[in-house]
Amino acid sequence: MTQVLEQPVRPAPPLPYGAGRAARRRALLEWVAVHSLGVAAALFFTLPFVFVFLTSLMSDSQALSRDLVPHTWEWGNYRKVLDTPGFLTWWRNTLLYAGLGTALTVVSSVPVAYALAKFRFRGRDLSLMLVISMMMLPPQVVVIPMYLFWAKQLDLSGTLWPLIVPMAFGDAFSVFLLRQFLMTIPNEYVDAAKVDGCGDLRTLLRVVLPMAKPGIAAVALFQFFYAWNDYFGPQIYASENPGAWTLSYGLESFKGAHHTDWNLTMAATVLVMAPVILVFFFAQKAFVEGVTLTGVKG
Amino acid sequence: MATPTLAAKRRRAALRTLAFMSPWLIGFAVFFAYPLISTVYFSFMHYDGFRSPTWSGGQNWAYVFEHYPLFWPALRNTLWLVVVLVSLRVVFGLGVGLLITKIKTGTGVFRTLFYLPYLAPPVAATMAFAFLLNPGTGPVNSVLEKAGMTAPGWFNDPAWSKPALTLLALWGVGDLMVVFMAALLDVPAEQYEAAQLDGASAWQRFRYVTLPNISPIVMFAVVTGVIQTMQYYAQPLIAGKVASGVIQGAGTQFEPGYPDRSTLTLPQLVYNLGFQRFDYGSACVVALVLFALSMVFTATLMRRRGGLIQAGD
Repeated sequence: MTQVLEQPVRPAPPLPYGAGRAARRRALLEWVAVHSLGVAAALFFTLPFVFVFLTSLMSDSQALSRDLVPHTWEWGNYRKVLDTPGFLTWWRNTLLYAGLGTALTVVSSVPVAYALAKFRFRGRDLSLMLVISMMMLPPQVVVIPMYLFWAKQLDLSGTLWPLIVPMAFGDAFSVFLLRQFLMTIPNEYVDAAKVDGCGDLRTLLRVVLPMAKPGIAAVALFQFFYAWNDYFGPQIYASENPGAWTLSYGLESFKGAHHTDWNLTMAATVLVMAPVILVFFFAQKAFVEGVTLTGVKG
Repeated sequence: MATPTLAAKRRRAALRTLAFMSPWLIGFAVFFAYPLISTVYFSFMHYDGFRSPTWSGGQNWAYVFEHYPLFWPALRNTLWLVVVLVSLRVVFGLGVGLLITKIKTGTGVFRTLFYLPYLAPPVAATMAFAFLLNPGTGPVNSVLEKAGMTAPGWFNDPAWSKPALTLLALWGVGDLMVVFMAALLDVPAEQYEAAQLDGASAWQRFRYVTLPNISPIVMFAVVTGVIQTMQYYAQPLIAGKVASGVIQGAGTQFEPGYPDRSTLTLPQLVYNLGFQRFDYGSACVVALVLFALSMVFTATLMRRRGGLIQAGD
């Protein structure tokens, strides 16, 4: 489970004894069929990226045609997008929201997950159920009172703080995922640390955390991606102040301002997608591990 | 060293638990319990954010269910998405998961390519599909027409907008692929060998060995899919906005659901009522409907999962 990406595919069952050329031909046919399907699927998954990228390099007039491949490669489109007033601000805001939010989430969720995984106390199972309920709650359910709270009482609309501050109070999904991960660490390590005279905090910091690195990496990645992709949050709290927009929110207004220039819109789209995909290539293993941890296994 | 009394020990353990749990306890109170109660309260009040709230009895509820023109279309769309989009996504995810376990050459490359679209930020992915599927210059329709087929209107046609959203959701099936792949690799190899010795065909092996082994995961995928559908927001909203051609800026009014209310979902109604019509009371009614639906499915998930969420030691 921990090494889904590296895990070798299960070898085919050995051919029955005495299987001859016919069986080998069947195996070859199966190989061809499976890999043709694989190529077809790969085209379905990659062609959208390819067409988006090709269009992002077309000239303005060609982007209005039905051509699939650019005649001239207009790398300047990317320059134009980056020079759009606001684009770099959105980038900075997104980094702030995603970066600070992720750090706060990890720091606040780890102790909660640890308590849920390793302490025995009354109300633990109830707490876990409430964590799962919070995790499944659409953000729109509580948005009206939350908006009134942040905007009317604290006067913080037009900023991203209403989105960042709650992350300092344990994000439900992160707590759940970390708890699932910590459950896999044998209690003996924790007990041994106690016998050696470690307090709870020291046990957590010195013994458990080093073993929980993959889980923490997965949580950090998920939270980073969540904030990077979030559209609803910035729409509610930041829309009135373009200085606080994020990439996901700004991209939509970019489309509005360049509504016929598909080439520029696609260049902006590529620039919003690229960082996420780059992060994925650097942290592929932690990410896929996290996906499998979220629900499949206790 | 004096041994602490039992009571003192217990008190210390309780304090320790409280300290570790405190971030979430505060978060639970301030960002979950309080706003939830407050949502119930506002659902019985007239409130526009300017004049102070006044008691309205069941008027907001009656308005949403009987007169608000967007409520029933949104609920019907949600049902459509649950039946068609969620089930197709599970079947496709299982199919791609099966395929990847069968691929022997270049497995890592295939896996990465299949997984990548899942990572595309929803707004960017929707923008990309709005371009790919646009009836005027979109590459998909160009190819379809060259092949002599009638090209659908996709996001511009009420009959095709939800299928187009389904296509977008199938493109991002990577999460389910990984989950199914892990489950498929966990099916004991001996069971396949035994089935093969008994002369079971490929279909029989899938039906009688694979499916029973992975059925909890299928159930998990269906229920989480339904819960995600309750939260379906950015994709249908952006698709509708881009296809409608409304030029957007901050605060531009856009009646969600283009074309012809076919892309409305419940979360969009909360935004429409609360932040475009400033009818916070009615917005809270829709929010509570959303809450009830989400909790029903979450309860199903927790009961069904039993073994999947370990209750602890």
